[in-house]
Formats: sequence, C-alpha cells, structure tokens
Amino acid sequence: MSISKDVLPGDAIHRGPPVTVNRYGPAKRINHWITATCLILLLLSGLALFHPSLFFLTGLFGGGQNTRMLHPWIGVVLFVSFFILFAQLWRASLPNRVDVQWVSQINDVVAGHEEKLPEIGKYNAGQKFIFWGMAFFIIVLIGSGLMIWDQYFGESTPILLRRIAVLVHSVSAVLIIMLFILHVYAAIWTRGTLSAMTRGTVTGGWAWRHHRKWLKELAGRGRIDPAE
Amino acid sequence: MMDSPRTAVSNPPVQPMETNLTPRDLVRRSATAELPPPERQLTPVAKLIDVSKCIGCKACQSACVEWNDTHPEIEENVGVYDNPHDLTENMFTLMRFTEWINPENDNLEWLIRKDGCMHCADPGCLKACPAPGAIVQYSNGIVDFIHENCIGCGYCVKGCPFNIPRISKVDHRAYKCTLCSDRVAVGQGPACAKACPTQAIVFGTKEDMKSHAEERITDLKSRGYENAGLYDPPGVGGTHVMYVLHHADKPHIYANLPDDPKISGIVQAWKGVTKYVGLAAMGVAAAGAVLHGIFGKANKVQPEDEENAEKLVDAAEGRKEDA
Repeated sequence: MSISKDVLPGDAIHRGPPVTVNRYGPAKRINHWITATCLILLLLSGLALFHPSLFFLTGLFGGGQNTRMLHPWIGVVLFVSFFILFAQLWRASLPNRVDVQWVSQINDVVAGHEEKLPEIGKYNAGQKFIFWGMAFFIIVLIGSGLMIWDQYFGESTPILLRRIAVLVHSVSAVLIIMLFILHVYAAIWTRGTLSAMTRGTVTGGWAWRHHRKWLKELAGRGRIDPAE
Repeated sequence: MMDSPRTAVSNPPVQPMETNLTPRDLVRRSATAELPPPERQLTPVAKLIDVSKCIGCKACQSACVEWNDTHPEIEENVGVYDNPHDLTENMFTLMRFTEWINPENDNLEWLIRKDGCMHCADPGCLKACPAPGAIVQYSNGIVDFIHENCIGCGYCVKGCPFNIPRISKVDHRAYKCTLCSDRVAVGQGPACAKACPTQAIVFGTKEDMKSHAEERITDLKSRGYENAGLYDPPGVGGTHVMYVLHHADKPHIYANLPDDPKISGIVQAWKGVTKYVGLAAMGVAAAGAVLHGIFGKANKVQPEDEENAEKLVDAAEGRKEDA
C-alpha cells in the first residue's frame, strides 16, 4: 500500500472495547494548547488596544504599559509553537479532490447529512481551511507586528510601511479571531471532537462518522494495538 | 470666554494664579467616546514662527530644554548645524537648517525652520491613540500628552502628519512640545517665544497672530518675496503653531515641511471603518456561534457509527491474524 498523507505518525486504533483511535500524541497536544493559550492572550491584549470600549482588558495584564510590552512577546511564542505544530500536521492538510466535493456539498455538511458526503481522510476541507488560514494570518500578523513593535523596530521601517502594517495587523487580527471562533465552534458542534485534544483519542464511532477514510486506512495498514 | 495670555514677552504675573487648563477645559480626549463639553471656552492661542526673522541662534532650543528640564544627549558634530540630529524625547523643538538654491535667481538661501509639534486642530496623534486620556486637546487649541496615561505603543507616531512624537526608551512614554501648556495655563507665553532674541517666535491669541502675520507678509512682499504667506494648513483644520514663510508656495523646501498635511487615509481607515466593522463582525460571529451552539442541533456520533467501527476493526484484526 502506498504511503498515505492521511495517516500521521502516532495515529493508531485501540482494539478496545470500545474502539478508540489515537489522533494526537502528547507533543502535538502540548503545542496546540500553548498556541491556543497564546492566541487567547493575544486576542485579549490586542482587542484592548483595538477599541477604546475594550481598553479595560489591559487590567488583565497589569495595565496599559504591561499590555503593550507583553503582547509582542506572546506573539513570538505563538509563532514558534504554531509552526512546530504546522510541521507536525501540514502533510495531512494538503488539499485533494475530495475537498472540492466536500465544499460543493457544504449544505449537507452544515445540515449534518454526513452519509451523503464522500469518505474523509484525517482532515476535511473545513479543517484544512482553518489550518492554512491560521498559518497565513499568523505569518501576516508576525510580519506586520514586527514592523509596529515600537520598542525594538520603531525606526527600522518607513512611516508609510508602519501605517500600512498597523492597518493590516488589525484587519488580519479581526479575521483570525473569526477563524478562531469558527474553529472552536466546529470542535464543539461536532460532538466527541474535544477529546482528540484533551486525551488525544477519539471514539471509533467518531472516526467512522467523520473521518472514515482515515479509520479504514489505519485498519487496512494494521495500525491496531493488540486486544486487551 | 476666558482669556488666554496674549504675549510671551511680558513679565510673568506676580500674583499667584490658578491654572486654567483643567480636565474641564478639554474638547478632545483620546480613546474617550463621551466627553462632556467644556464648561467654558478659552481664547484660542497660537505660536507664530517667522522664518524670515530667525537667525538660527537656538535660544529657543535652550529655553525649551531649560523649562522642560530635559537632558538631550551630547552628540557628535557631523558637519551640519542641526543639533541634535533630530527631535528626541528630550528635545521637543529643533532648528532645521536647509541650504537652498533659488532657481529663479541662483541665490543661495539659508532656510531655518524651528520644527516641533504644530498643535493641529484635528490632531492625528489623538485620533490614533488607544489609551484613554493619554492625549488631550484643550479649548485654547493646545494638544498635550498626559504621560501617566501613555502606554508607549507608538500609535501617535503613526497618526502624526508632521513626524513629531518620540517614544522614550527609558520610561516608554511619548514626548513632544506642550506649547508650554504649564506656562500658558498661568498666564505666560511659551519658553521658546520668551527667549527668542529677534521675536521670530511670537505668541498670543490665534486671531492676533494671524493679523500680525498679515503685517509681516505685506512687509516681505514689499521686499520682493511675492510668494510670502502664512502656513496654517487647512488639511489638519489649521494649526496652533503657524509659520510665516517667504516661499509659502513651496513649504517642502523648509526641511520637508509638508505641502498639504492631513491625517493619512490609512490611519483614517484603521481608526474608522476597521475599528467599527471589525468589532461588529467579531461580535456577530461570537454571538452567532454561542446562540447556534445552544439552540442548534449538534452533530452527534450515533450508536451505529460505533458498531460499524467495531465491525471494521474486527474484520481488519481477523485479516491480520489470518496472515
């Protein structure tokens, strides 16, 4: 069998019963939660400086001066941790033909008619969209953010570029927050998903329902722990 | 209407005076939506800088440093008159020297412009500032930084059409000319105007300064400077620091004084549509997600999904054992 992009190292079926499937190992989960924590802190500190009605959020970080000082450093941590996660997951997020089919049937996705959809590998097109969207906006945000990091880079770019950077930074921030809302919402709406990022496993039924091609490949390649 | 000081040259009042620049004299306050209107109106003031009378002595810089008790760094002489090399958080005003050859008569003209905050009627710094009350505008026109509220983000630098504010690397707060608000508040003119030996810098009400400028412009025109004029740029609503320029048709020759300064359209978009549409979009998305999460039908794994998974794994396991 050819090596599939859909199976990542560490993915495996536990015989059970009940059947569970390893979806994310400890390294990926730790990275994910570091990234998530940073994103939430960036969201709070960034929104504090985005709109006056949210300036009170600076109180969470010890005042305006500390918020201004901390925000860029949290951004650096997020950038590093996200791109380690990126290196771990990108292979399974490459687009393929099934994604086109999935997008064309987005109505069935939203209505929950998964039986009408083609079998999905480790990620569906929506998850891939979130993945690449996050990667894109994080690059844009760190790039524009460095240009407006006044403490260290205040003078290193011309004023026109800094003005563009601050506009791009705020627009990208709004869009990545929308992406973040979509990501959290989808993880909760699709019941049984959260355990993939907490315990690292999903139930066999979850994998069968949402990522059948992935489950079948794992089974087909004998990635099954011995029965207990 | 409460009067403002009308000159910088008179001796200071000998009677103690109460400051007249108080929080109730504010017409604008950064990042503050609902500011109560001021209870009284102060006479608008202005500083008028007549570049044709300036001899480049830098007494204004010395007076500024003295009054504001700043300590600009001692720098290297690099062969130009500008000293220090630029405005800094410790140097709120700077004489900028330009050697300009007039193309009409091939004369070398030595242009000296005292640079510093222009105290715009429509201040870009204040528009950009995210910290409530860090930048204020008084009813007499003075735009002032309230350092205890400043967070050092540098947004004012991006908002300013004249490249004036500087952020201190020591206390991470923004600094610029205050138009000596602490002197004006007690009936005195700015230190630079007080010190100027040729009265190239004068101070008074904006109205008086405009009529004084008219006299100067008439004089300059009679001496052959037919393009002499007042620099009070309408793009920023006029300024409370104005110049008399002998070549008012080309302000840029005076060390890049902007010809038509206005708050950058990028800054307007950032502080306008982005701020409001962005907040609304995020709010709607979050509220929509929460509401649908509560009232919508979740996508749940069914018992038959679990059974199918069991069967699949059993079959695969069977194959594995057979092999």
